[in-house]
Amino acid sequence: MFANYDKIIERISLNQLWDFPGGVHPPQQKTLSNQSSIEYLQVEKTYYVPVKQHIGIEGKLLVCEGDKVLKGQALTTSEAPFSVPVHAPTSGAVTKITNHVSAHPSGIPELSVIIDADGQDTWIELDPVPDYAKTSKSELIERICDAGISGMGGAGFPTHIKTNNSKPLEFLIINGIECEPYISSDDRLMREHAWQIRQGIDILVHILQPKQVIVAVEDNKPEALETMSIACQQKINYQVVSVPTKYPAGGEKQLIQVLTSREVPANGLPIDVGCIMYNVATCYAIADAIVEGKPLIERVVTLTGEGFKSPKNVWARLGTPIQSLLTYGDYDQSQQSSPRFIMGGPMMGFTVTSMLTPIVKISNCILVPADNELPHPEDERACIRCSACSDVCPASLLPQQLFWYSKAKELEKAEEYNLFDCIECGACAYVCPSEIPLVHYYRQAKADIRNQKEEKEKSDKAKIRFEARKARLLKEKEQREEKHRLAAEARKASLSTDGGGTKDKIAAALARAKAKKEALAKQEALAEKEALAKQEALAKQAPHIADLAESEKTKAVSVSEVSTEVVASQTAQGASPAKDSPEDDAAANEETKEL
Amino acid sequence: MTMLSLSSSPHHHNRRDIGQVMRLVCYATIPGILANVWFFGFGILIQVVLAIITALVTEGVIMELRKKKTERVLKDYSAVLAALLLAISIPPLAPWWVIVIGTFFSIAVVKQLYGGLGYNMFNPAMAGYVMLLISFPVQMTSWLPPFSIAEQSHSLWDAIHTVFTGFTSTGFSVEQLKVGIDGTTMATPLDEVKTALLQGYTVTEAKSHIMFDGNYGKGWLWVAIAYLLGGLFLIKTKVINWHIPGSMLASAALLSLFLFLLDGDQYASPLFHLFNGSLIVGAFFIATDPVSASTTSKGRIIFGAAIGLWVIIIRNWGGYPDAIAFAVLIMNMAVPLIDYYTQPRTYGHKNKASKDS
Amino acid sequence: MTLTVFALAAIALLALIFGALLGFAAIRFKVEGDPLVDQIDAILPQTQCGQCGYPGCKPYAEAIANGDDINKCPPGGETTIRELSALMGVEAKPLDAAHGVEDVKKVAFIREDECIGCTKCIQACPVDAILGAAKQMHTILIDECTGCDLCVDPCPVDCIDMVPVEVDSSHWEWKFNKVPVGDIPIRQMS
Repeated sequence: MFANYDKIIERISLNQLWDFPGGVHPPQQKTLSNQSSIEYLQVEKTYYVPVKQHIGIEGKLLVCEGDKVLKGQALTTSEAPFSVPVHAPTSGAVTKITNHVSAHPSGIPELSVIIDADGQDTWIELDPVPDYAKTSKSELIERICDAGISGMGGAGFPTHIKTNNSKPLEFLIINGIECEPYISSDDRLMREHAWQIRQGIDILVHILQPKQVIVAVEDNKPEALETMSIACQQKINYQVVSVPTKYPAGGEKQLIQVLTSREVPANGLPIDVGCIMYNVATCYAIADAIVEGKPLIERVVTLTGEGFKSPKNVWARLGTPIQSLLTYGDYDQSQQSSPRFIMGGPMMGFTVTSMLTPIVKISNCILVPADNELPHPEDERACIRCSACSDVCPASLLPQQLFWYSKAKELEKAEEYNLFDCIECGACAYVCPSEIPLVHYYRQAKADIRNQKEEKEKSDKAKIRFEARKARLLKEKEQREEKHRLAAEARKASLSTDGGGTKDKIAAALARAKAKKEALAKQEALAEKEALAKQEALAKQAPHIADLAESEKTKAVSVSEVSTEVVASQTAQGASPAKDSPEDDAAANEETKEL
Repeated sequence: MTMLSLSSSPHHHNRRDIGQVMRLVCYATIPGILANVWFFGFGILIQVVLAIITALVTEGVIMELRKKKTERVLKDYSAVLAALLLAISIPPLAPWWVIVIGTFFSIAVVKQLYGGLGYNMFNPAMAGYVMLLISFPVQMTSWLPPFSIAEQSHSLWDAIHTVFTGFTSTGFSVEQLKVGIDGTTMATPLDEVKTALLQGYTVTEAKSHIMFDGNYGKGWLWVAIAYLLGGLFLIKTKVINWHIPGSMLASAALLSLFLFLLDGDQYASPLFHLFNGSLIVGAFFIATDPVSASTTSKGRIIFGAAIGLWVIIIRNWGGYPDAIAFAVLIMNMAVPLIDYYTQPRTYGHKNKASKDS
Repeated sequence: MTLTVFALAAIALLALIFGALLGFAAIRFKVEGDPLVDQIDAILPQTQCGQCGYPGCKPYAEAIANGDDINKCPPGGETTIRELSALMGVEAKPLDAAHGVEDVKKVAFIREDECIGCTKCIQACPVDAILGAAKQMHTILIDECTGCDLCVDPCPVDCIDMVPVEVDSSHWEWKFNKVPVGDIPIRQMS
């Protein structure tokens, strides 16, 4: 299906990989945290579990405030394809379901379930799959979804969506690159739990049936390379590959390029070039979910940076506020003139906006740098067009042009220069001699473009609605005029045919109208009561209102015979005709509208 | 009060800012300047000092007028570098007002009037040089012979005296200092060959002049080699890419080789062109000015190659013996076009990100 | 004499040829409708708010096409003015304050227990974004509301508020100075 499969296999077995353009070599700083094994934490007092921790839509809440939950109990359920549930990190009580500061650079509060632990840490009854090889693919995929697994490498893409693949697959790539400096969570996980990662890979292989599995580990992690090689050595079509250290080799697109020389087409997916990629931590979580029946409630988080007295890796439950992690790592306040906590690595992580920001499925690191370790940014200078940025861009973009257009808000131009192919790796800003926060400008431009597109859609819709309304009003006016014309003609005709009887007829008609009016007044009084009673229900049920409007219309029509002309002239005069009571006015106006 | 600081990623920086880049380029000129002092006297040092002072004062005043952060701007060393490059391009004993006017023009007009660092279309040093060359042709072509073949030598004090008064402390004029041991007034090697060719001599005959040592001008060869060392240092430290100097020297060499093979009497050899005049300085220090050069890898190769071609073309058929400044300025004008047509192919895209489609 | 006649004839011939050419071009490259108005209309934000002094965006687009100023649209703000200036080839001017100032995006909100069901807002709404009937409580379809403000004045009991649209993290514009402040004050670095 893809021409160069055999060549790729050959080159991989010889460890002659390809390269991606650009890239940088920031100091690694991995040894700061990867020297000791992953520690377990005590149960927290309070967990803040955001309902949405992945890309897509949030699941439907299953619990209410005050509910008792067990460890691993689902808090939400997946209703739509792109929704992934979240689970209780420990046993305890749901104290509140409210907006809580999000694990997002903006910190904008998002719906979270706040759980007070009871200290028992009692598991819900687990339901492991006895033998995954004898279980259907669809069931396994469903279990992966129910376990709340989404990509743990950074993007948070729902794993069950990726796994539900029907296109031809050649390479299942397991990403153990961890190219960001400082972070060592995947490194430690591979060293200590290579076997379980291998189990996760086996399950994925069972579901996806790839031709070849490639486990890619950067060559700055020799121990992890070794453990993974040992774990995978029995399988013939599993190949553990050592990838030269260069940031951002762990980017999905870059790793595919390094391993296969193929490029994921713009707006495409890796499967378009026969590849699917999983992070090692995701594989671990899949094994947990299938073999043990445990949902995703914890992950390895690196606590690192010179701001920690004892940097390390820990198993942190999802929902743990970073405040407690700072305590575990012995946060040394004297190292920082003003506190700065980075969730993620130094290249792509974000500064948190609160001490209560929770750990979520994609949080792989808490980096607390000392002031002189990662200095605070200085004022940017003018771009000198040195193009150091384009030399390091892994996507072969022209960052200086993108910067120019982003800053000048020439968003169309920025898009023409493929702004949306920027993976925000930060290599450009890392080397920029003018210290321009380039990626920041791109993010702003991207957000502006997205928002503008949404606005545009909205304004198109508004335009259609406005024009539809105008057309409707015009049509109504024409119909009304037509009706008047016909009525006038009829009157004329009847006048000319029998002049004598007309006066009687008019008198009779007036009398009839009067009687009708009285009857209507009664009816209206009744209707008003009824309406008041129904009001609450109606507010919730829009179609119901439409029905009522319908009945109102019939009423209105009966009045119209008498008052059409008055009302018509009034509406013509202005929007709010002077009338005795607002009720009458409303009825009259409603009538003109419905006519 | 403690404040939680927020910033956008990356939080890391390789800690090489403009100031450091510019300083490295300045340092890289040191071998060339020393060689120049060794062979041609202290004039160049005086020019450098004058130029840097003028540049800093000019830039500082303009920054104050524009209400910018003067200190931060001055610390980017871009003005210093532009001044330095202009100073090493003019004759060492040119009158003081030449370098002052030239530097002022470079900084105030070519750089700041266009919007300051990053916005100038032309290379400030070269635009200043061309302005001087056109305005003061006599002063700008009064090059000295190396000491080894000069009738008069001069001390540091002589040099200062000459720059400020036009005469050495012992009363010699620049014209007299230009006289060689053979009693004739000396010129630069390129000038000498050009004049000789115009008078109907061949290149070989021209090179029999005492200022030549085989293919190369005495002194000039070593100055060029010293600058070459500085340039290689810049490539090694990744301050500049190999693209522009590489393609510029290669294209100049290829075109001159072609012409040399065509008619060795009329056209000098590639080595003659490479090591005489300011081709080396131009390739490593001047054409690589980031602001006014092309920004794409392919573009830089085209930009450099075109400069190399222009240099050889102007040297052989133009009115000036050396041509770095003109060649660079011509190609500065072509940069937007080159950049537009040499955009790299973005990852995952089929063809070039050209907007023609 | 003959020369003059010849010259005149030549000029007349040329005039004929070019006239014919222009005539042909007029038919061959005829443009239906007035695309300029549509292009302008496409740039305008379609709030139909009438702050420009015209009854809706399309009428203002027509007015611009006929030479009116391009800076009368507060909801569109600077972006719209810039796009209009690019399209019309005129200089971008700052927003004309006489027509209002650029504001954050808002939508109308009816305080439902105060609504008396008079339908006046329904008639005022240019995009039919209010649902309700006489004497029934009304409600706003938030997704359709353009934030034009036109329903606020007609309400006899003043139960309609314009509330700013809350930004969620997916619409956040990476402005650190607009981050909700948590337990520690925030200093924006870049």
